[in-house]
Parts: sequence; C-alpha cells; structure tokens
Amino acid sequence: MNMRDSNINRKLNPEQSGKAVLELTVRNHPGVMSHVCGLFARRAFNVEGILCMPVGDGAQSRIWLLVREDERLPQMMSQAGKLEDVLSVARHGADHRVFEKLEEFFG
Amino acid sequence: MKYTGAQLVVRLLEQQGITTVAGIPGGAALPLYDALAERGSIRHVLARHEQGAGFIAQGMARASGKAAVCIASSGPGATNLVTAIADAKLDSIPLVCITGQVPLSMIGTDAFQEVDTYGISIPVTKHNYLVRNVADLLQVIPEAFRLAESGRPGPVWIDIPKDVQMASIEIDALPEPGRPDTAPCVDMDELRRAAELINAAKTPVLYLGGGIVTAGASAQAVMLAEQAGLPTTMTLMALGTMQSDHPLSLGMLGMHGARFTNYILEESDLLIVLGARFDDRAIGKAEQFCPKAAIVHVDIDAAELGKIKRPHVGIHGDVSQVLDRLLPLIQVQLRKQWLSRVSDLRSRHPLLMPGLENPRSHYGLIDAVASALDPLQADDAIITTDVGQHQMWVAQAYPFSRPRQWLTSGGLGTMGFGMPAALGAAIAEPDRTVICFSGDGSFMMNIQELATMADENANVKIILMNNQSLGMVHQQQDMFYKRRLFAVDYQRRSDFVKIAQGFGIEACDLDTAENPRAMLADALNRRGPCLIHCSIDIEAKVLPIVPPGASNTEMIGG
Repeated sequence: MNMRDSNINRKLNPEQSGKAVLELTVRNHPGVMSHVCGLFARRAFNVEGILCMPVGDGAQSRIWLLVREDERLPQMMSQAGKLEDVLSVARHGADHRVFEKLEEFFG
Repeated sequence: MKYTGAQLVVRLLEQQGITTVAGIPGGAALPLYDALAERGSIRHVLARHEQGAGFIAQGMARASGKAAVCIASSGPGATNLVTAIADAKLDSIPLVCITGQVPLSMIGTDAFQEVDTYGISIPVTKHNYLVRNVADLLQVIPEAFRLAESGRPGPVWIDIPKDVQMASIEIDALPEPGRPDTAPCVDMDELRRAAELINAAKTPVLYLGGGIVTAGASAQAVMLAEQAGLPTTMTLMALGTMQSDHPLSLGMLGMHGARFTNYILEESDLLIVLGARFDDRAIGKAEQFCPKAAIVHVDIDAAELGKIKRPHVGIHGDVSQVLDRLLPLIQVQLRKQWLSRVSDLRSRHPLLMPGLENPRSHYGLIDAVASALDPLQADDAIITTDVGQHQMWVAQAYPFSRPRQWLTSGGLGTMGFGMPAALGAAIAEPDRTVICFSGDGSFMMNIQELATMADENANVKIILMNNQSLGMVHQQQDMFYKRRLFAVDYQRRSDFVKIAQGFGIEACDLDTAENPRAMLADALNRRGPCLIHCSIDIEAKVLPIVPPGASNTEMIGG
C-alpha cells in the first residue's frame, strides 16, 4: 500500500480527520525552535499553533504544536523524533486543552 | 593542561583519528589554522574553493567509511560549503564541517563576513552547533563525530566564533573520542515474518540501496541472494555491492535502468528492500511501482519505513545485523521457474550499448577504460563521476566489483562533485588508482581543484567526455521539449588539455591519438594525475529513459 492509498482510506473516514496536538520535549537552547519549525516548513506541513516554554530548571523546554491531522502526520513525528535536540514526541487528540485555554488571548 | 579553544579542537580531532583535513583559511578561522600550524599533526589540503574542500572531505569519507573533516572561514567560506554539505546529507555521508564565525559580541551586527551559518546549515545537516563557550567544545567535538557516524550517517556542522577559538581553558584530561552508537535491537518477530514472506514468495526481487555500503553488509546481501535465489537490483548508490557480472545481478533499476530490470521488478510478488529509500529516480511513479509486490523494508532510519511505500514488514535496524539474524531462517531455493523467466526477460530486453567497440564513443570509452586498467588493479580502482549523461553511462556500463569502488553524487546530483571527490578518495586510499569520469559541463564547475590535485600529486585520472554541452539537459530538451535547444550548448570550445597543463597536470587527447587504447593504457597505468580528453557525440542519449513523472515500465528507447 502506498501513501496515496492510505489517503483515500482517510478521506472515507471523516471521524479521523481534523486536528491533533503534538507535545515535544526538547533541549532548551537558542536554535531549537528553528530546528522544529524549519522541519515542518520544509516538509510543507502546516503548523497552526505553536507554544514553547522552559520546564523545570530550564535545561529543557516543551513545545506544543497544533497541527492538522493527515496521513503524513506519523512521518512528521518520525522526522521530528530524529532531531538531536528533540527528546520525545507525543501525540494528543484535538480535544487537548492547551490551545483551548489560550483562546481568550486571541479574541 | 591549558588550551585555547583552537588548540583544543586540534587535539580533539587528533583523538578522533583525523590525520588529514581539507579547507581554506580566512579571518575568522585564523586561530584554528594557527593551532593546526603550531601542532603540526594534521595534514591540511588547501582547496581552491570551499565547495572543493567539502567534496575532497566527501571523497575521503566515501572511500574510507569514516567521518572526514572540512574547514572554512565565516561568511562566504561557510556559504560556499553549503552545496557539498547538502550533498553529504542527501547521500548519508559522515562529515564534520568546522567553520570560523565572527566573535560572539559581534554576532547579529552584520559584521564583516558574518552570515547566519547556524541557520543556513540546519536544513542541510544531520545536526549543527554554534559553540558559545570554549568549554562546550569538550562535548561538541566528540558528539559531532558520534552523530556523523551513528545510525544513518550524515554531515554535522560546528560553527566556532573567533573569540571562542582564542579563549583558554584549563582541563585535567581530554574527553573520550566520540564513537558511533550501537545499533537498535532487531525485532525478531518481524524478522521471522520477513523470512516467511521470502520463503513463500514466487517471484521475489532483492533491492539493495546505499545502506548496504554504509553497513558493510554486501557479503551478507549477496549470500541472501544466492541462498534464496533472488534476482538483485541496486540503486545508484549501491552499485558494487553485488558484482556486476554476478548471475543474479540485474544492475541498476529506475529512470536509466535496463528495460529487463524494470520489467522484472514489475512482475515481482515480493520486494526485499535493504538500506534503500524508494527514491523517485529509482522507483518512478510510486503508486505504479511493483504493483503486485509485498514489501519487506529494512532501514536504520525508522522514518524511511513507510515514508513512500508502506511495507508489509518493516524492520528498523542495522542491515548487517539484520542479515546475520535473517540468513539462518532463509530456505535454500533454486527458483528455476522465476529465474528462467528472469533470464528470458533479460535476453529479450537487454541493455543496449551502441558503439561499445569504439573507444572514442561514450560506452566504448567506459569499456576501454575498464579494459585498459592493469587486470591486477582493476578491482582496486575507485571510480568517481560528476553528474549527467556520463554518470548514467558509467553507472550502466562499468563492471563494478566491490562496495566503495563507486563514488557518485546520488541524491543531490551535484555537478562538480567528481574531481574533488576523486582527489579526496586518492588521499584516503593512496595505493589505489582513482578514475574520475566527468563531462565538460560538470568539470567546469570545480575546475579550480586541478590546482589542488597538482599540489597533492594525487593518483587521479580524469576521463573528460566532452560534448561541448550540458548533455543531459540537451537530451531532455530534445526528447521532452520538442528539441527547442536553449542555453545548453557552449558556443566556444575550451581547450581542456591546455587548461590541465596550465595547472601542472599531464594531459592527453584521444581525439588525435593514433592508437587511443594504447594512449589510455599508458595514461591510466602511470602514477600521478592525468587528464584524458575525448570528444563525444552530443546526440548520444542515455537510454532507456523513464520520462519524469511516468511509471518505470513506460521507458523510452534502449
């Protein structure tokens, strides 16, 4: 099965279309945002929302990405996981509240 | 011990076993060059353009399998390296690239020769660093080598501001050198499923990629082919992993593969893909590639599994380790029926090589070079190419016999790769003869490195196939743009023999030779650099050709 086949299957199943939230734990240093955003940009995968804050003692940061859920998402997660400064990649459903809570600042 | 940052870099390079680097100095790299001069332990090959330095390092890395180092200054020095580094990224070649940068306090001020090297290098490297503190070098340099050589290899770029090179640091002992990570554990369940598919297949094909070269797995791959009776095709990057005269070898697949190769693939019911990434030049239109085949895909890069084609069995691992565990599970099969169908297709749709008997034609010249080499040295020779028609003709016609014999720019397809890469290979493997097939278009893109080659007196023979044109573009305009030839033919004929001689390189011209085969044999078997010029017909085509966007069975010509 190739990517085009899976694309067709996806379109037949509207339940699975929509959005997803990615949670990345990264090393906190100047440049890591460039690495992550650049990866999504050059692979032509749109990122709709980005949040980044240091966690704990500041050695690490957490990056939240609001993305469209499509058949290329697992590939994007694999590619993000290959970045040396990305320590982990997790995927949440669109119902994750991190972006929802921010909405009042974007009224 | 007290070191400056620059001295520390030199010591850490020594620890990694680096004995030769290629580069060009400049303002922001001067402390590093001074430390190289002071220590005197590392030989520096002075290129004439940073891209040349990058490709010299690539030649060293591709021939040896170990990470090689190139060095440049800030600004234009760094930007000139970008193409060679991007080329290494696309072909998964381990490099460590070190550039000088303006002092930390001046970063962001548009200082003289300042460019955002860190930002520029992100998309063309496996990883990159801007070193902000001299102490960070202790971790960054070994880590750069570890990353460059681990898993799927690639280039790592280290940008070091001038003041960091000059800062001093007191340390008790140098850190351990960086070593490649151990490979991931192989999933035995997936391995068993792969073995079942291979044992049950009726018309399987083995498809080898550059990962076989990287992993040093060609002996096991050939063993798998022989044990299971698998006709075997190779990507451009994998040529040499199975001897080209091996009865199971189908040669290269894809855009310029032989007709029989692509037809055999079309009939396969199982593809065993080892260390390859389903590149578009190899598989044509992805949806129509091997429509009946189940896929077993082994790769060290997990992101390649399912990127283009979803495998039925995907195994993340080092292909050499995977094959060691897989081979005991594979039944011996003669596969008479399938292999007789394979030889039937092979004899009905062979690779046509017109003019093979004429050493002054494209295929004939390649054949004449292979035959002219001293038979004792022929297998030892390293073959590099530039990019274009000559590259595809050599890929189709040269009798490759071992991995790392063939060095070519595959993924990025960089014209100008061949000659500096040949020089790097000759430096890494001084006992071998290195042959660089080039075209006049490619050759002029890094022609200045002839001077470096003369400095090094490297044992490189350049076979220059001159059609006074950008031949591959000419071919595509001819075939796909109604022969509206535009911006492809060079109006004036350059005298390459004189140019080579001007750089201090011996040169000869097959065009005027009374006995071209004798001239070739003499030039190839005498030590030292030499350019061998030969005019070829601009109307000669690389055939067959799969038109861009078409499926592999829609070949034209051949």
